[in-house]
Amino acid sequence: MDAMEQIRQTFFQEAEELLAELESGLLALQDGDSDTETVNAVFRAVHSIKGGAGMFDLARLVDFAHVFETLLDNVRSKKIGLTPGCLKTMLKSADLLADLVKAARTGADGDEARTAALAAELSALAGGGAPVATARPATPDIEEPPAPTNIFEIRFRARPDLYAKANDPALLLRELGRLGKAAVTCDSADLPLLADLDPEGAYLTWKIRLETDKSEKAVREVFEFVDGDCDLEVTAAEAEVEDDGFDVAALLARMQSEIGGADSPQADAPVQPAAEVAPVATPPAAAGNIVDLAESRLARQAEPEAAAAIARSDEARSQPASAPATIRVDLDRLDRLVNLVGELVINRAMVAQRVMEAGLANSTAISVGLDELEALTREIQDNVMALRAQPVRSVFQRMSRLAREVGEMTGKQVQLVIEGEATEVDKTVVERLTDPLTHMIRNAIDHGLETPEKRRAAGKAETGVVQLTARHASGHIMIEVSDDGAGLNRPRVKEIAISKGLIPADAQLTDEETDNLIFLPGFSTASSISNISGRGVGLDVVKRSVQALGGRISIASRPGRGSTFTLSLPLTLAVLDGMVVSVADQTLVIPLTATVETLQPKAEDVHSFGGNCHVIAVREVFTPLIDIGRYFGYRKTPPDLPNSVGLLVEAQGNTRTVLLVDAIQGQRQVVIKSLESNYGHVPGIAAATILGDGRVALILDVDAVVSEAAAAPSSHEPVLAAAG
Amino acid sequence: MSDKHAIEAGKAREVIVFRIDAQEFCVDIMSVREIRGWTPATVLPRSPSYVRGVINLRGAVLPIIDLAARLDFQAANATTRHVIVVVQIGDQVVGLLVDAVSDILTLNESQVQPTPAIASDSARAFVCGLIALEGRMVNLLRLDSVLADVRVEAA
Amino acid sequence: MTKTVLTVDDSRTMRDMLMIALSGAGYSVVQAEDGVHGLEVLEGTTPDVIITDINMPRMDGFGFIENVRRDKRHRGVPILVLTTESDPAKKDRARAAGATGWIVKPFDPAKLNDAVRRVTS
Repeated sequence: MDAMEQIRQTFFQEAEELLAELESGLLALQDGDSDTETVNAVFRAVHSIKGGAGMFDLARLVDFAHVFETLLDNVRSKKIGLTPGCLKTMLKSADLLADLVKAARTGADGDEARTAALAAELSALAGGGAPVATARPATPDIEEPPAPTNIFEIRFRARPDLYAKANDPALLLRELGRLGKAAVTCDSADLPLLADLDPEGAYLTWKIRLETDKSEKAVREVFEFVDGDCDLEVTAAEAEVEDDGFDVAALLARMQSEIGGADSPQADAPVQPAAEVAPVATPPAAAGNIVDLAESRLARQAEPEAAAAIARSDEARSQPASAPATIRVDLDRLDRLVNLVGELVINRAMVAQRVMEAGLANSTAISVGLDELEALTREIQDNVMALRAQPVRSVFQRMSRLAREVGEMTGKQVQLVIEGEATEVDKTVVERLTDPLTHMIRNAIDHGLETPEKRRAAGKAETGVVQLTARHASGHIMIEVSDDGAGLNRPRVKEIAISKGLIPADAQLTDEETDNLIFLPGFSTASSISNISGRGVGLDVVKRSVQALGGRISIASRPGRGSTFTLSLPLTLAVLDGMVVSVADQTLVIPLTATVETLQPKAEDVHSFGGNCHVIAVREVFTPLIDIGRYFGYRKTPPDLPNSVGLLVEAQGNTRTVLLVDAIQGQRQVVIKSLESNYGHVPGIAAATILGDGRVALILDVDAVVSEAAAAPSSHEPVLAAAG
Repeated sequence: MSDKHAIEAGKAREVIVFRIDAQEFCVDIMSVREIRGWTPATVLPRSPSYVRGVINLRGAVLPIIDLAARLDFQAANATTRHVIVVVQIGDQVVGLLVDAVSDILTLNESQVQPTPAIASDSARAFVCGLIALEGRMVNLLRLDSVLADVRVEAA
Repeated sequence: MTKTVLTVDDSRTMRDMLMIALSGAGYSVVQAEDGVHGLEVLEGTTPDVIITDINMPRMDGFGFIENVRRDKRHRGVPILVLTTESDPAKKDRARAAGATGWIVKPFDPAKLNDAVRRVTS
């Protein structure tokens, strides 16, 4: 890839990071953070975006960033105070900046009207003054057309400061020499005797006669860096026929012998104490020697300044210790590594199986070896998955902007509170969280929160709070979206479910079950499908996305007080601890995390219920019983209870059910293989895996099985017949 | 024009011919990933009857479609199905269960005749042309319609 | 012999651009991400010229330049600051801190290398 193209990509990547820092900094300021370093960080973020944009001629981006930067500069230099209104504008500007970056990346046009409006606002806040465009300076100074030869008489004397800034008259003379033909004389009249010589002083005056076709401006430009650190006179002179400039080399050689011969053995060597300089031919080198001399004297005789130690971190402003060393890794490589680890897990299981089949499992040496292999494999797996772990911060922070926008669109006042953004998940999970979270937050604001008037009437604060939290809990990551709005209108929910035929009219449901009805396909409380939540995008889609991630979602609602969505996602995507079971002649895997206990069902504990259902008494509690064999159509005949095993499972919403299977083969760690990529979704099945014998086994979706059986108990006999 | 040049010129293509009961079908060889023998498949519940199940194809889960059932043939003797033709369309990989692979041919576009009007809708849906070949008739299979409903959303 | 340039800038994009432009002109480039990092690098090497940005976390350009000038080993190394056109005050402050010259952002490689040449022997 072309180098510039690569840097351009770097720029856009960096811009994303800077935009994130910008937003979080502004939010922190909004929260009351008054640390000057936060303001500085915010300023720097915009400044850096502007700088990079300038390198790629992204004029629109540069212009807006400049106005924004100006305001921020005034804020950080305390010329302007940070008011809530100011912060609000800055947040909007940050959003616009993000859009402009995106537009610049794709080559699209930004929203001109919005840009102009916000720029004006920023300008006004900054205290007026028209923004100055700082795109790349158009062309270098227009050289005057090659003129007839100009003659300049230049008189130049350095002041000590010039040397202090590491400027070098020799280099200046060299630059002059590039403009044309230069004749240089040195006036050492002011040079004191050695004893009186201040090593940091400057005593030499240079007179240069320059013949050039360049302008006076070009001549002065040579000295622009030392402007103020020298006395400079540039006068145009008559062309003179005589050339009475000395041969510079001879002159400087003479200087050298006059000044340096006495004391400095270094006089002859062009070697620098400070830097390595290749001996350059003729005048510059000779001139170099003079200055080398001065410098060597400086080096030898100069008082060491209070050798200030290099400033330690305590001098630097409040910053944390240096970040841990990191390395950038190609995602593809990481994915390949993860796949390999998955294969390793399968392979290990296959080996274990073969060993068992070969009757070698009893050999202590072998089984110890296998156990160690398993422990090692597990550790490698954990470490590799951790490589792909990423904090949810990036997704969560995007929600801030979303909340602002939805709030504005719906006329609701929202405050999004984020907690636990450092919680880590697998990278692929993070990316796929965006859609479900977006829907849930939109939902919370659009449907959950009441309007400010309604809230006031209900005695609540006008600004509704939506809380987004993430935390780890026993092998899962739990993400909650809660709002302090009106909660679900349960009677209405039930009404809608009945009217859509999702539940029978006389269904008896707990509050929790009622709440979870909203996840059923075809359900929607909006009588007019709101623009915000999108046409027909119901919560069932959210549920499906979450399930596709191997997770669960549920809702809890408190009327008048608000609702909480809880997402539970597995920490590692690709691997699952499973209970391998036999059902009819099939092998299935049931996620261990959903399994509470196994039990031996006794005929006397099983009771019929309603038309076609059964419950089983588990320590006196009547628990629904699902015959997996019949449920999936593997078997048409009733189960043989004495030769069955019950698995007590807990689905989301803490509902417990007993799944009836034929036998338990064992517990095993399995690699999750997608069924969706080549086939599609099978109701009740979460995914597939490959067992030690190479055969495919299906992984049960406990939540789906349980909720489906609960929602439609009379259609307990499943659908295989219909499909047949 | 030699076969190879004809293919490169886009005027011809190579196809794999396979047999189901008494009928022959072919698909463009570019869609075929591999051919393998039958392995018992894990049943997929709640699926259309033409989906036999899934097998393990080097670590990936491959659905097996009984082509005869898909094409609405009378469910003939299932034990005659021996061969799985693994095909790919887009990013979807699927195995087609057939009796046997009989040939690999190079066809000219000109050899492909349109399907006759008397054919049933489902036949027309899955077959996009007929080829006369040494007294045999070979159906050119329309793979995308065969795979079309295989990717199923929640029933 | 190849000259060494130390570039100090917190922007990855800028560092990449400087690297391309300078190495294209034959310089050997060493990079740092802010003033503190820059001083750490200087513990181990003395470059022929330093190019530094002004706005950086932990230690900005001004602080960095002042520290470099205070160090006997490096007080003679030319330092160029990266400034924006519209900021003469920053330029002056940089010079007061000890900067040798400046490069205006956005720069093109030619101007950059020009400025570097002007201050290196």
